[in-house]
Amino acid sequence: MNNQRSFFFNVDWVTVFIYLALCIIGWFNIHAAVYDERHPSIIDFETNYGKQFMFMIVALVVGIVILLLESRLITALAPTFYGVSVFLLMLVLVIGRNVGGNQAWISLGGGFRLQPSEFAKFATCLLLARYLSGPSVKVTEFRSFLIAAAIIGFPMVLILLQPDMGSTLVFYSLIFVLYREGLSPYTLIVSALFIALFLASILYNHFYVIAVISTIALLIIILFRKNRRLVVTMLTGLAICIAFIFSVKFIYNHVLQPHQKVRIDIVLGITSDLRGKGYNVNQSKIAIGSGKFWGKGYLHGTQTKYSFVPAQSTDFIFCTIGEEWGFAGSMVVLGLYLFLVLRIIFIAERQRSPFTRIYGYGVASVIFFHVAINIATAIGLAPVIGIPLPFISYGGSSLLSFTIFLFVLLKLDSNRMGIV
Amino acid sequence: MNSFFERRYVIAGIFITIIIILLSRLFYIQIIDDRYALYANNNVRRQVIQYPARGPILDRNGKILVQNEPFYDIMVIPKQVKPFDTAEFCKLLGIDKAGFDKRWIKAIKYSPSLASVFEKQIPAENYASLQERLSEFTGFYSSTRYLRAYPDSVAAQFLGFIGEVTDRDIKRSGEYYRPGDYIGVSGVEKSYETVLRGQRGVQNLMVDSRNKPKGHYANGLYDTAAVAGQRLTSSLDINIQKLGEKLMQNKVGSIVAIEPSTGEILCYVSSPTYDPNLLVGRQRGNNAANLYQNPYDPFLIRPIQARYPPGSSFKPLSALIALQEGVITPSTTYYCPGYYWAGNRKIPCNNLEAHGLVNLSIAVAKSCNGYFSMVFQKILDRDGAKQTEATFTNWRANVNKFGLGTKLGLDMSGEGRGNVPTPLHYDNIYKQGRWRSSTIISLAIGQGELLATPLQMANLECTIANRGYYYKPHLIKAIGTQNIIRKEYTERNYVGIDSQYFEPVINGMQAVVEDGTAIRSRIPGIVMCGKTGTAQNPHGDSHSVFVAFAPRDNPKIAIAVVVENSGEGAHWAAPIASFIVEKYLKGSISTRESGITPEYFMNANKLPDISKYKGKLSPADSLKKLKQDSLLLKQKGLKSASKKSKKDTTTSFLATHTIRKKDE
Repeated sequence: MNNQRSFFFNVDWVTVFIYLALCIIGWFNIHAAVYDERHPSIIDFETNYGKQFMFMIVALVVGIVILLLESRLITALAPTFYGVSVFLLMLVLVIGRNVGGNQAWISLGGGFRLQPSEFAKFATCLLLARYLSGPSVKVTEFRSFLIAAAIIGFPMVLILLQPDMGSTLVFYSLIFVLYREGLSPYTLIVSALFIALFLASILYNHFYVIAVISTIALLIIILFRKNRRLVVTMLTGLAICIAFIFSVKFIYNHVLQPHQKVRIDIVLGITSDLRGKGYNVNQSKIAIGSGKFWGKGYLHGTQTKYSFVPAQSTDFIFCTIGEEWGFAGSMVVLGLYLFLVLRIIFIAERQRSPFTRIYGYGVASVIFFHVAINIATAIGLAPVIGIPLPFISYGGSSLLSFTIFLFVLLKLDSNRMGIV
Repeated sequence: MNSFFERRYVIAGIFITIIIILLSRLFYIQIIDDRYALYANNNVRRQVIQYPARGPILDRNGKILVQNEPFYDIMVIPKQVKPFDTAEFCKLLGIDKAGFDKRWIKAIKYSPSLASVFEKQIPAENYASLQERLSEFTGFYSSTRYLRAYPDSVAAQFLGFIGEVTDRDIKRSGEYYRPGDYIGVSGVEKSYETVLRGQRGVQNLMVDSRNKPKGHYANGLYDTAAVAGQRLTSSLDINIQKLGEKLMQNKVGSIVAIEPSTGEILCYVSSPTYDPNLLVGRQRGNNAANLYQNPYDPFLIRPIQARYPPGSSFKPLSALIALQEGVITPSTTYYCPGYYWAGNRKIPCNNLEAHGLVNLSIAVAKSCNGYFSMVFQKILDRDGAKQTEATFTNWRANVNKFGLGTKLGLDMSGEGRGNVPTPLHYDNIYKQGRWRSSTIISLAIGQGELLATPLQMANLECTIANRGYYYKPHLIKAIGTQNIIRKEYTERNYVGIDSQYFEPVINGMQAVVEDGTAIRSRIPGIVMCGKTGTAQNPHGDSHSVFVAFAPRDNPKIAIAVVVENSGEGAHWAAPIASFIVEKYLKGSISTRESGITPEYFMNANKLPDISKYKGKLSPADSLKKLKQDSLLLKQKGLKSASKKSKKDTTTSFLATHTIRKKDE
């Protein structure tokens, strides 16, 4: 059993350790968030913290099973996974259960339910890696880029139909993968520019915004007027920007749903309805802000214990960390996440196989996007889009899909010396 | 192979930058900005005021005059209120939509973030059903309060009542009171407010997002317990108080009885009275308005606020001063032909009855106007007519020593002075030096400008009973479990008359009851010394006055009874006084030789004619005025309105009591 020895020998134990640490932090904070005096034990299956413990065991078993699989099987099954995910995403639109306005869940019976969009992230990354690692595929070529974009875009459209805006946006984070594989850096810059323009034109009169960008563009054109190509590019870009600014008003008023508009308004400080729409974020900020440096201590968070923050064990779990463990605890958690994604990038870069590398970047991007948006939401820097904090938020689908996501990478990595 | 390798650093850089942005923001809201800690605190901490039970008031034998019953106030913190079913809520509280809006606006006006009273005084039986549902209405909660309850419904004017604090009360107390608090408005409730109110407690509770209490903040470290108000033991005897109130039914007037050896007030009846329970609870406003519309003014505290000419009951005092001044001796005699000439003024005796040769005791017993007019002139004219002003000033000072014309310092506010006219008063009417003893002769028989409160009359009897001194009359014997008697209550106040001069006067007073004007009121087995009075006044029939003390030796009770506009002292006031004295001394009332029974007096209706009673106002005018006053009452609260009415009554007395007429 030479093979057997080599897996566990090559598994990246640092990542596993961070993974376990985050899971346990999550478990304890769920315990604090939904603490119930009648069920004080942390492994009481009547309660969400008891259930989370069960999910953790299941996730760990699934993780070990993945480590025991053949790497080649994973690569080979990529299109199948993708197909199944797309099928489930279609199925959920038909037979799904509507929870909180999103038709995102398929009932499995026994109180458990599945969220196909969680698994779609994994399947999409896998297929994207499979496609981009092909010998004749180069992202720099337009055709390849289109196919890659289609692989990402198809599940996005299906999820948008649920409509789960949060999970849809998660797929956008895969732009980092494409960038790493050669996509022009301008895509990142243009993305950032468009986000900035979007926010600016909501915040300010769009004629002012147009005036400002036109001035900047004209200055650049005057400075580099000898470079004909640049002038043309700038003028084209300016035209596109102006068109975008006008479309923002339309998107904002007609495409976005009212609750999404309000959430954006609240982050931008346009409205502050502290008892209605802004209640969650305001209470979340109060919870985190009142933690001070050392926090109020485990099970002593008043905001947490007396349920001032809704969705506190799921999307707003970070409140509990901020309140009970303070800035110190928040730093530890953010540090662990940063360490985890940097470690994943490190793992990705040490691969000989482009497949594993691309997949690794996918894992890093998706996890990071989740962390950044979730925490930014909790402290009022991003609108509420409702995505969980990886490994920490309560929920079986979320924990299981992130575990599969990560352990597939660990499996592929443990096999890095082999040829895939 | 591994192209774009360097881009890993760009991606890692973006990740690190975003994490740093998040950490900076966290640093800002967790460490730099203190507001959130405060908000979190405000979210969960709820200060609940613990209202102490107000001290009960007992009678001298420990029987309860007033105690407390729990009621529930519904409180609201407008900021915490979440949308709810208003109709359902109104139904639970038993109010309508308009009433809800009114209360809601009032609460917001007071403060959106502080608790204020939404609905007051829900009785325990109605609260039970409300309590179950109250948690559904976030922002509303209940607070227990104790309201006054009067098991025997007696001594309304003595006990007084409590009411909501006014803005002025709050300011004057240095913000001790809060809007919606209760404060003693009149009577003992007012004068002993600081003792009765106790000390408020504060509970710092933790509540969850649905405002449900979850325990004490910091394990109750900052909580303070409410300290109940102290128990007051009054000097009142509930048995004779009840009897007195019954005897005075359907009459206007007052009874004051004092224990001469202590100055403790035993009986304090002001009639008409009212059931003090009417001024408690949610119907308080309506009841108060109705009571205020009563033309006989139940809110007037007649024992200290009504002023009557003492009439003949003043004569013993006149005699005592003359004896002390040495102008007469007990054996000085006077021949009464049925009238007396003072200058060119004829003072008739009662029904022009000629008393013949009378000495001091007989004059007292027969209430001979001539004798006392003679005595009065002797005092004032002893240094010649030119010195009248000086001798009158001296006489007046002697009268003041008995407590007439001054406040006695009772432990209840609103006490009147009565009136003993000053020389200046006569100077203003007749010009200086133009008045003589004959001009003011009606003072000799307790008429004229002379006015006394029933308390002053009773105190005068205490002084006679004690043969020369009185203790300051007071209403409260003990505070809490300790008999805290103020030092001033143990000091004898001498009136400047040697004790030897009292016996002849007391002999006469004994004769009044034994075989004089009050013979019908004789009590079997008790020697009562008294004096009737029939005080002439412009409101109709004379006021029936009787003052007395009993027994003659080692007196236990001194009493003054006034029944307004009912006729002669002997007919109404004296029998009523005798029943009270007997009930107090023997515990029961025996059959009288004269055949008078308490039941007869209880059932008799001697209410004065309203048109005459309210003086100059025509019926239509008075109705209008009452309406205005009751409006005023609703606006400004009971307190100011009742004060106003008191003033009205006393000024009308002053204006009309200058008519001088003969006495018995």
